[in-house]
Amino acid sequence: MADAKAERGSQAARPLSPHLQIYKMPVNMLMSIVHRITGAALYFGTVLVACVLVAAASGPDAYATVTGLLGTWLGQLVLFGYTWALLHHLAGGIRHFIWDTGRGYKLETVDLLSWGTLAFSAITTVLIWLYVLFVAGGSAP
Amino acid sequence: MSMRTPLKEVRRLGSAKEGADHFWTQRTTGAANLVLSIFAIWLAVSLIGADHATVKATIAQPIIALPLLLFVTSAAIHMRLGMQVIIEDYVHGEAAKIVLLMLNSFFAIAVAAASALSILKLSFGG
Repeated sequence: MADAKAERGSQAARPLSPHLQIYKMPVNMLMSIVHRITGAALYFGTVLVACVLVAAASGPDAYATVTGLLGTWLGQLVLFGYTWALLHHLAGGIRHFIWDTGRGYKLETVDLLSWGTLAFSAITTVLIWLYVLFVAGGSAP
Repeated sequence: MSMRTPLKEVRRLGSAKEGADHFWTQRTTGAANLVLSIFAIWLAVSLIGADHATVKATIAQPIIALPLLLFVTSAAIHMRLGMQVIIEDYVHGEAAKIVLLMLNSFFAIAVAAASALSILKLSFGG
């Protein structure tokens, strides 16, 4: 793509139209994609919720096993990601509710809402996990 | 008189006149999830480090069990519709699409049923 040589005859080499390599993604486009990805992640993440509930219903041993797995660094990492995905999808949902009313379509507002989604999910996720790790004493849930 | 063949109805081609219902169900469950998922996060955080007896006693309370049941149900409906759209967007082979749409329904209902059964067992299971 970067090499814009014309192959035909003696035509001058002209620049090609903007392409993937130099395309700067607008933030609302990125947030739209992330909304779908977090939605899909949460879809499979519900297995975790079901596992915890089934384990709790099965008895103390099963519950200890599942919470033990979730307490490992990998389990904590998955739960951290789950928390962020849930909060990001939640914030994105609020953004879509605002757009559903027909408001917020000025370009500056679109950018503001999109960055706001990311800011909200990042800040709330960090706050929740600071609480989890330093106040509640780790090993969720 | 309609010139359309009944076959397209059977194969679910063209407009099924259900698009608005899909849209509204997604918005309704989304609004419910907004409240219920905040509740679920609070519940998970509040049960960190709790022993099994405490977890069981907590979830057995109707004030906890009811919103938790609503959460898994609403979330399952919402995620089934969402994944349906993803499948319809990216999977174009007829057979693969039908199979994946069925698996999608099975998955969503199985997760919801397993969660609901567990909540009920914690509530009534003695």
